[in-house]
Amino acid sequence: MPADQQDIDARLATYEFTNSQLLRNYSGGRTTRAMQTIDLATQGIRELNQLLHQTNATDDIVVSNPGGKHSVAVGAMVPVTVTVQGHVGYYCAGMNADAQILVDGNAGPGLAENMMSGVVRVSGDASQYCAATSHGGLIVVEGNAAARCGISMKGSDIVVGGSVGHMSAFMAQKGRLVVCGDAGDALGDSIYEARLYVRGSVASTGADCVQKEMRAEHIEELEGLLQSAKISGCKAKDFKRYGSARSLYHFSIDNANAY
Amino acid sequence: MCGIVGLFIKNPELESELGRHVSAMLLEMSERGPDSAGAAVYRNEVDSGRIKLTLFSSQAQPDWSAFDRQLRDFDAQSTVKPHLNHAVVETSKSLQQMQTWLQSHAEVRINSSGKKIEIYKEKGSPASFIDSFKVADYTGTHALGHTRMATESAVTTEHSHPFSTGDDLCLVHNGSLSNHNRLRENLRSRGISFQTDNDSEVAAGYLNWRLQEGDGLDDALHHAVEDLDGFYTFAIGTREGFAVLRDPIGCKPAIIAETDDWAAMSSEYRAIAQLPGAAKAKIWEPEPAKIYSWQRQ
Repeated sequence: MPADQQDIDARLATYEFTNSQLLRNYSGGRTTRAMQTIDLATQGIRELNQLLHQTNATDDIVVSNPGGKHSVAVGAMVPVTVTVQGHVGYYCAGMNADAQILVDGNAGPGLAENMMSGVVRVSGDASQYCAATSHGGLIVVEGNAAARCGISMKGSDIVVGGSVGHMSAFMAQKGRLVVCGDAGDALGDSIYEARLYVRGSVASTGADCVQKEMRAEHIEELEGLLQSAKISGCKAKDFKRYGSARSLYHFSIDNANAY
Repeated sequence: MCGIVGLFIKNPELESELGRHVSAMLLEMSERGPDSAGAAVYRNEVDSGRIKLTLFSSQAQPDWSAFDRQLRDFDAQSTVKPHLNHAVVETSKSLQQMQTWLQSHAEVRINSSGKKIEIYKEKGSPASFIDSFKVADYTGTHALGHTRMATESAVTTEHSHPFSTGDDLCLVHNGSLSNHNRLRENLRSRGISFQTDNDSEVAAGYLNWRLQEGDGLDDALHHAVEDLDGFYTFAIGTREGFAVLRDPIGCKPAIIAETDDWAAMSSEYRAIAQLPGAAKAKIWEPEPAKIYSWQRQ
């Protein structure tokens, strides 16, 4: 095993993760309902997703044997809970509205892309451009998220238990990104009005992204986010806040080199 | 888009199943690369004083027995094992002597050279490649595989991966290089030869050049990060293992998984999901511009 992976494991262990046990217990305040199982070893992705497109659907769904397949639980339009038992590939939970989608494993590129509302929770890591262009709802990654996490986010809340890769929150317009570990290079490049909270180190901030004062209202906001995300072991006061210096909003010839 | 896979066996008991697992991984990557497929397998190390070549003939049905007779006139100690339009040759001659001798066989090209490596590749679907070349029967210590979706150059066997980068070394690539034309010319002027106009072959030629210049594999890859412009995930096979490198932007996907029995890399987890014990493997995404490698002690 490479030494850096041991470092990652050691670092993750210090966050007292909400782990998959909590994921299984995570009720989101919903009452228990009828349960339907989709086994992706024998059933198709469309069979699953079409269930989630029926606006009168009420059954919660358990998805077994996902095996890294693409487009698991995409386009949900109903307030049901989908529990995925294993790792998923590209574009899981894309365009989600209202559903609560729990992945007990890792997610490939494009998790919860363009999510509108609801909850997406991954017990492991998420690959690149997690929650890209997401408009609303809550996305929780208990492990690490790779490069470009929250790129062009438009109003969602993203909570990452571990670290995020480079170019995260690039052109982030609205919403909150919470990183309990470290952030890679060029955090928040060309950011608009999203608020970023990072507990560990930031390799570098991107153009027009600056560290800002952590006032009482921000501590309160962050505590609320950590609580909603059920991430324990982190104290809001240990985070730093980053946001837009707003110097690139209007073109000024003096800033030409920054574009 | 392309698919790449690599499997490194840690538990010797699994060496007999190498081909079966690599086949399952390659098949899962069919959608990422339906145009051609290939595999490099490391097995059956030849005795000292001998080398092993994998040859590819551009003829549909090459007469390997005639080739065998002619080669025996040149080297009585040689053996030729045909596999369709490929053949594995073991010889006591040097690579340079063989290259000179092969100039009179214009239809034959060298896919690989070394002590352990064999490279097979063919245009067409990964399923037909696996079937034709009986990949599932391979035994060995480690293997790399590639499924190609051509974007930069033609679909031919010569344009397929893996590409040889020197003795017992090979490269598979997912991505595209933007400065390959100029780099190819620079490398040609330094004595590196190319069979095609393919961008990945330039990356292989570049590594070949750096290694000839005295770089170790890690140094050669560090230089590659500086000099190659474009998107790439590389898997590089060596005699004792393999290495993985992603470009600094981290554009192309890669995932690594490891258990006590094996280490594996792929473009996607679904290829790794085919391996025994995958559900309990340690899994992570390699960081951009960072070299990960495994080798036998």
